[in-house]
Parts: sequence; structure tokens; C-alpha cells
Amino acid sequence: MIAISIANLYLSYGRVNVLQDISLEIRSGDFFIIIGPNGTGKTTILKTMAGVAGKFRGEIEVIGKKLAACSPRELARVIAVVPQQMPLDFPFTVAETILMGRSPHLGMLGLEGPADYELTKQAMEFTDVAHLADRRLDQLSGGERQRVIIARAICQQPKIILLDEPTASLDPAHQIKIMDLMEQLRQDQGMTIVMVSHDLNLAAMYGNRLLLLNNGKVDMIGSPQAVLTGANLERTYGCTMQVEENILGNVPRVTPVPNKFKT
Amino acid sequence: MQSDSRPVIRKFLRLSLTLTVILAASALLGLSIGSSGHNFTEIFDILFNRAGHDPMTATIIWQIRFPRIILAATVGATLALGGLVFQALLRNALAEPYILGVSGGSAIGAIIAMLFGLSPFFGVPIAAFIGSMGTLALVLVLSSGRSLSTINKDSLLLGGVMVNAFCGAVIMFLISITQTTQVRQILFWLMGDLSMFSVDKLPILFAIIPCFIIIFLMSRPMNLLLLGKENAAHLGINVQVIFYTLLITTSLMVSLVVCQSGLIGFVGLVIPHIFRIMLGPDHRQLVPACILGGGTYLIICDLLARTLPTEGEMPVGIITALIGAPIFIFLLWRANR
Repeated sequence: MIAISIANLYLSYGRVNVLQDISLEIRSGDFFIIIGPNGTGKTTILKTMAGVAGKFRGEIEVIGKKLAACSPRELARVIAVVPQQMPLDFPFTVAETILMGRSPHLGMLGLEGPADYELTKQAMEFTDVAHLADRRLDQLSGGERQRVIIARAICQQPKIILLDEPTASLDPAHQIKIMDLMEQLRQDQGMTIVMVSHDLNLAAMYGNRLLLLNNGKVDMIGSPQAVLTGANLERTYGCTMQVEENILGNVPRVTPVPNKFKT
Repeated sequence: MQSDSRPVIRKFLRLSLTLTVILAASALLGLSIGSSGHNFTEIFDILFNRAGHDPMTATIIWQIRFPRIILAATVGATLALGGLVFQALLRNALAEPYILGVSGGSAIGAIIAMLFGLSPFFGVPIAAFIGSMGTLALVLVLSSGRSLSTINKDSLLLGGVMVNAFCGAVIMFLISITQTTQVRQILFWLMGDLSMFSVDKLPILFAIIPCFIIIFLMSRPMNLLLLGKENAAHLGINVQVIFYTLLITTSLMVSLVVCQSGLIGFVGLVIPHIFRIMLGPDHRQLVPACILGGGTYLIICDLLARTLPTEGEMPVGIITALIGAPIFIFLLWRANR
């Protein structure tokens, strides 16, 4: 089954063409990771899938339904988004924040029932933040906050989770923890994971399909082995990359080569 | 976390009940005390129309104090709720109809309408509404970058303060050049005053009740707006619809009360802030709290304004500014730390 299909997508902000002629299919159950240099439109393509990027040209279908025909509420029942950051001006508690994930399933006033509290509890346990339930969001560390937002996304009971660099500011242990959570969701619940990442090695180890984006265009889509080659990466990122097989298994390992090591 | 079924409803009921009792008590206090003395003992006889009370006192209470209490409660509730909504929409705890210049804009609209002799029931409120939307649009354009989602906090406050000062000058200018007796009360417009109200104007205030209901129904989406517009959209909120419905509803009800009360500042700052500390950021609690608490607050402030001076009374806006401005400064100081 196809989770998200994009055909001939064009998007521009003013005169700047951010995305040009993007066509791709994300299959249900994919761990789909979007990589590419800074400013090539990775976040924008994620926002477009989430229906918040503004006007675009082209066709996007989410689980067989045209994006343009979906109300925000309908879309939120299928797609959950884990943004790069959350504003903390009016901080809710951890439990309140996660409970908000139930919003697209509730009525106008959003009166939560026992089932919603149960789901919140499960989501908190799954992401290991149950002990923080009554803490305020601004009192948490970056890793804890990220897990709270992921719990909120899980609470939304979506079919697809979109994540924008969820591991960007985390230490290696927390990075792996977040990525493992995503892999578990994919395996246990058949969720589709779409992620923007700068970490090519995480992308290689977790992604089953990668999209290499360059200057707003699709450079390549395929398995980590096919996409993460020295030639591809040097062409798009413009720096020397050494690629070898990771000793962990049949995935590539990428090392950008600093000037002083070049021969 | 509580495991029982609907803690939100229970909290809502407990809160509303408590605040309603406090509101009723302050209204009784306001009814009992006035320039003609205290009537604590008689008040219940008069309210329940039991025999044995002085008809003169009854007239004072029903014709003078009663409409004034209703006005104070409505104005207080509207301004507090208006502040709450603006704070949620702009994600800024310092936003408030007075500080943003929205109140000033509606006062200008109201005065111009009066100078042209428009009806106080339709023409004046509509002109006030246009005035408030105009100043709001101006402040938002001044403080936003490319889109409304990138509002700059500092320019918002600065823009609001300047627009507010400009509105004050325009109000004084308009009143200075006019001969009409209708708008002679400069102090009424600049400091806010509840003494110009009468029983026959009570129906105007009914138009505000639907605004309260609309805003209450949107309290959950307001919670989500606090997470930012994109986050709200990710959680299924139609941000444009909610944003503009709230903006227009709030400006409408603020315009309606400004026509009756003049410019009363800082109520929309103090009340939401106090309740946010007590109750947290959930608008399903904050909306009823601000309506009931804002009403109580202005009844008390008006009582002080009526009774503090040994002779006559002072504009209630003086009291609210004396309390509110220091709190505003404190909030600003804390926000910058």
C-alpha cells in the first residue's frame, strides 16, 4: 500500500523555487529518511506532506486521498508531526501536552474520556516519560522534551509520523533511543516513518529507503546502499566523503573527510 | 495523573461555582454601598421585594446601582476575556486590548459616530468595531514580518503603545474641536468611567453574551494555538478560521463595551495573568475564570472608585491602571530576565 505519493510537486516562496518537480512514493511501513545539504527543501517537503507549507503545484495523496481534499482534522488523524522545536511561552505539563494528541479524535471542547487517558498513559510508558507526567515542558531536557512530543504523536494514533531532525541536538545515547522507538513503532504497529535527518550514519542504519534531495530536486531515491555512495554524496554535499561498509552489518558508513587528512 | 473519567468537567464546575459565588458576593457589596450610604440590612428585602423597605432606597438600588453593577461585571468580563484571547492568539502574555490600542481605536470610532449623530444602539458600536479592527490591523502589520506567524514581540508592544498614545491624542483633539454636549466628557473616554450608564442601555450588553459563548467553544483550539500555529495545524486545527473568528469576536465585544465605559486599561492583563498562575494554561478553565473573575474585579475597582474620594467619584480607569501598570512592568521585567 502507498502511504504518501507525490507527483510533480512544485513549491515556491516568492520568487525562490524551493521544491521543483518532486515525485516520489512512500510505501506503508517504510522508514523513509530525507537527506541532503542545508537549504535544499527537506523541511519544506515534510511541511508540504503535513499540509502546512502553503500553496503548491502538483498532486499529493495521503493513504489514497488527495491532500487538498483533506480537512486539517482528517489529516491529523492520519499524520502526526514531530517538529524541530516547540514554543514554550505557555508551558503545559507533560501529561497535558501528550493528551493534546487526542485532539483530532475529540469534539469541539475536547473533553477527554477514560480511553484517551489510557492511551496517554501507554504513550508515556512507551517513550519512558511517565515519571515526568506532572512536570512542565520547559523544565525538561532536550531529550526528554523530544520524547514527550513523540508520545503526543503516538497518542494521535496516526498511520504516518513525520519527524524533522528529531535527533539534532541529542547525545548519541538519546539519538539511538529515539531512533529505536521509531523502529519499534514501525515493526509493531506498521507505522510509516518519514524523517528529515542530517545524520547520514543514522539514516544508513535505520532507513530502508532514502531520498537524497539537492537544490529542491530529487537527486536519488533508493536503499541506503544505493544512495549513500561516495560519488552521490560528493556531488550533492560538495565535500569529500569516505564510504565503507559498517562493521555492524550490511549498511554503509559515511565519514566526511577533513582537509588535513586529504592526500 | 487522575484516572477518573472527566476531570476537566469536574474542575470546570468547581471553579465556575466558586467564582460565581464570589461574583455574587461582590455584586451584593456593590449594590449595598454607595454615595447615599450603606444598606446592608435592607438589600435582601429590596432584592426579594419583601415589605418594610424604603421605596427611595429601592429606586436608588434598582435604577442607579443595579445597572452600574451589571455594566461593571460585563465590562470587566469582556476586557479580561479579550486580554486572554489576544494573549493566546499572539502568544504573548503582555497583549491586551488597551495596550494594543484596540480600545483606543474603538473609542475614536465611537466618538466620530457620535459627532455624526449615529444611533447609540447600532451606528456607534459598528463605528467602534471598525475603529478597533483598524488599529488592530495597523499594530499587527507594524509588528509582523513577511507573514502574521512571525510577529515580533517588541514591535508589537511598541507599536501598540504608540498607536494607543496616538488614539489618546486623536480622542482629545476630536473632543476639543467639538461643541456637542454628547462627547464632552474627555475623562470618560481617556480614563474609563462607569457612571454614564443607565437602565435603558442594558440591552446593548446582551450582544456580548454570544461572543462569550463563541470564545468558550474555542477554548480547546486556543490551547493548541499556544503551541504555535504549525503545531496547532498538525493537531487538526483549522488555524485560519479559528484565528480570525477569535480576532473578530473579541474586537466586536471589546468595541461594544468601550462605547459604554470608555478606555479602561490593564484589566485584560491582570486577570488572565493571575488565573494562569493559579490554574495553568488550559483555556477551558481560563475562559470561565476570566469572565467571572474579570467581572468581580471591575465591580470591586468601581466600588473603590465610587467610595474612595470623599466627594464625588473618580474614573474607574485610575484604579485599574494603579493596580495594572505595576503588574505590567513586573511582567515585562520578568520576561526580559
